[in-house]
Amino acid sequence: MSTLDRRQFLKVSLSGSAFALTAQLLPGRALMAADHEGGLSPSLFVNIDSDGTVSITCHRSEMGQHVRTSIVQVVADELEANFDDVQVIQAPGDPAYGDQNTDGSRSIRRNLTRLRQAGATARQMLRQAAAERWGVDIRECDAVQNVVTHTPSGRSLGYGELAAAAGRLPVPEADSVELKSRDQWRYIGKAIKHVDLDAVTSGQAVFGFDVKMENLHIAVIARPPVLFGTVKSLDDSAARAIPGVINVVQLPALQPPAVFNALGGVAVIATSTWAAMRGRDALKIEWDHGDNASYNSPEYMQSLLETARQPAEVVRQRGDAPGVIASAAHKVSAEYTAPHLSQAPMEPPAATARVSDGKAEIWACTQTPQSTRATVAGALGLEPEAVTVNVTLLGGAFGRKSKPDFSVEAALLSREQGAPVKVLWTREDDIRNGYYHSVSAQRIEAALDDEGNTTAWHHRTVFPTIFSTFNPAAMSPGALEMGLGFVDNPFVVPNMQLERGQAKGHVRIGWLRSVANVYHAFATQSFAHELAVAAKADPKDYLLKLIGPPRHIDLAAEGAEYPNYDDPLEAYPIDTGRLANVVRRVAEQADWSGKRAQGRALGIAAHRSFLTYVATIVEVSVDTDGRWKVDDVFVSIDAGTIVNPDDVRAQCEGGSIYGLSCAIGQITATNGVVDQGNFNDYKVATMPQSPHQVHVDIVESDAPPAGVGEPPTPPFAPALVNALYEATGTRIRDLPVPPIIATS
Amino acid sequence: MKVTINGAEREFSGDQSMPILWFLRDELQMTGTKFGCGKALCGACTVHLDGQPTRACVTPMAAANGRSITTIEGLDGSVGEALKGAWKALNVPQCGYCQSGQLMQAASLLNDNPSPEDADIDQAMAGNICRCGTYPRIRAAIKMAAEGKS
Repeated sequence: MSTLDRRQFLKVSLSGSAFALTAQLLPGRALMAADHEGGLSPSLFVNIDSDGTVSITCHRSEMGQHVRTSIVQVVADELEANFDDVQVIQAPGDPAYGDQNTDGSRSIRRNLTRLRQAGATARQMLRQAAAERWGVDIRECDAVQNVVTHTPSGRSLGYGELAAAAGRLPVPEADSVELKSRDQWRYIGKAIKHVDLDAVTSGQAVFGFDVKMENLHIAVIARPPVLFGTVKSLDDSAARAIPGVINVVQLPALQPPAVFNALGGVAVIATSTWAAMRGRDALKIEWDHGDNASYNSPEYMQSLLETARQPAEVVRQRGDAPGVIASAAHKVSAEYTAPHLSQAPMEPPAATARVSDGKAEIWACTQTPQSTRATVAGALGLEPEAVTVNVTLLGGAFGRKSKPDFSVEAALLSREQGAPVKVLWTREDDIRNGYYHSVSAQRIEAALDDEGNTTAWHHRTVFPTIFSTFNPAAMSPGALEMGLGFVDNPFVVPNMQLERGQAKGHVRIGWLRSVANVYHAFATQSFAHELAVAAKADPKDYLLKLIGPPRHIDLAAEGAEYPNYDDPLEAYPIDTGRLANVVRRVAEQADWSGKRAQGRALGIAAHRSFLTYVATIVEVSVDTDGRWKVDDVFVSIDAGTIVNPDDVRAQCEGGSIYGLSCAIGQITATNGVVDQGNFNDYKVATMPQSPHQVHVDIVESDAPPAGVGEPPTPPFAPALVNALYEATGTRIRDLPVPPIIATS
Repeated sequence: MKVTINGAEREFSGDQSMPILWFLRDELQMTGTKFGCGKALCGACTVHLDGQPTRACVTPMAAANGRSITTIEGLDGSVGEALKGAWKALNVPQCGYCQSGQLMQAASLLNDNPSPEDADIDQAMAGNICRCGTYPRIRAAIKMAAEGKS
């Protein structure tokens, strides 16, 4: 496998290309052949040169999920191209590819079929070209591994020899193209190693931070410490005196709503990173912090809790949960809180822009090249067509890089400077000026009958909504966030009432791996365990009892709006049978009932998110001082049809460890200023804290493909605190989990 | 001043307080060594300075005067090749950004201790953060490389 950058590719293609295929935005729209004599559209998925080189375009961003591998697996399989010889092209931002926003765990679930069709269409055209060349029936022509063979005569032609002729054929309608049957899959479903392994292990991989070009200026920015703060006074004389500093530029103050716009502040532009950083340190800025200086995390959390204790807007109702609880003999209630978190990808945001002659070109580690294009165009007053967005590798992303604010900064500064500018965010910038995972408070009350059955569940969630980033007046979480593990509660409890409270946002709220599922699964799955304890039942058995019999949940019948991750319920129902199945499988895998060594205990949690079912068991040990440690993790996952089982495993491993980080990290603010700044005070999981192994069990399934990148994260934190309760008798309801837990 | 980078002697006449990281990345255009935190808190910038694992983001050029630096681009020899081979065999990297530093740190570990136990691995690798959570595979790859070597 080799890779080729887009420029090289275009040069090669323009000189020698013979055959190109375009897949269009909407599934079902016809595939079109581009002009083989050079009018190559940027919306290519498959290109075959007359020398036989097969190129496959990856239109999704690579951020560690190995999408550059899995997309090639899918296309090459149906194309019958030799995987090892395929050139991978990274697509720029262009709506012609269809959706490119690499979030929501949807690269495979939304593209598997259309990319199979793209590969299969090309294969059929190559077979057709061969049939015409030989004057035989296409059904006698097989395409296998870059060669078409006329089976009766044994004649054969390579793809390169057929490419020109194939490129002149009309493109067949999608419904006339035959896809392989599953048993014919050569690459789909196989553990194939990542295409970028050589580049990564030799230091040659190019991330957003690594973009190089002639006359490149480096910028770092002193951003307002408080959201919507402004510069009151600036003394940049010391900064300008530093050798290498070229310019100091005050960016326009950000007005609400924040959206994806630049935060404002003061940029130092220099000939080197070091000079830019020293220059920024030398700036003397007095800030007007504005209204958000009132934001203090402890008081804010109290206000969320007070809201959670008051009646709020009902978003799903079955029976009469408050009434049943009011008259119940056995009641259980609990409040759960979780702090803001920062995505903290290892590579902080970075973008390079070259703006000149009414055009802009961006190179960025972005999850979202199309909204980068649109936002940069808007900021510069250009048409989107005048903006080219090139996607580098992403050094992690986790939702942070689905906001293009850093590319906007680079574009504004490049225009100002009249030179290419690379904006680099330091770790402190990333931690202090982020788009934060929402802080939350939840209250749950339940009633138990004499047999320990849960008869009513009344749950209220309160958190500042992501929509406040786009509309400062937004106080209620949207259907999107309610659909992330809250209204889709899978429990069979006869009386259920779910409510959302209101909260005001004071920082930019954004997506973080699995988003609101993190805190909703934390509360729901912790409380399920609390109910098991109250009922004196085995937590796994009680969880299965709560999940109840196999059925498809009809949320509409209970008044809930449910987007189902933008996929149809007919194809992707909320299937409690599949949820119960992963619970049973993970319990078997972990030997749930087996005896554990002294000080060790197990906790379990299960959650459906992004249409995928995951159950996690965490095994902890707690020493005599109360210091706890994760010894083992077991995950069972049902993600429907999968493309690369090793990548699914890797996401379960990494997603679990990300879940551990979500359980121990916190972002807080004092007077609107984020208190944390780097990995010394924003705690993330390290190797000694992480399990030596995450045991992953993948359910074999031919159900439609579902999400993989995010679903392993939500069940981790509740499984962890449930295990810690079993080990110590102490219930952790307020995240972060402290490093030492007293036994009670 | 003179400094040897991956066996080649280089001249440097700039600000001696500048961290080695920016000499490598900005001046030599060797971008395999990564910026992650700027405070020696994450290990993404790990290089070998006269064979010792060193955080390039906080180590000034003055400390490199007359000395020898090895970066990911120059990681070779039996230990380096064994580690890179194990990294690939186990498909260790996810996003890959921290892996230069992980490999350099792991190489130092195996140079000092050809057969590390889990506790040795924990101790040596504790300062190298991976947000993708590749730690279990890094651990397994270090053991695989150690076994392959011994």
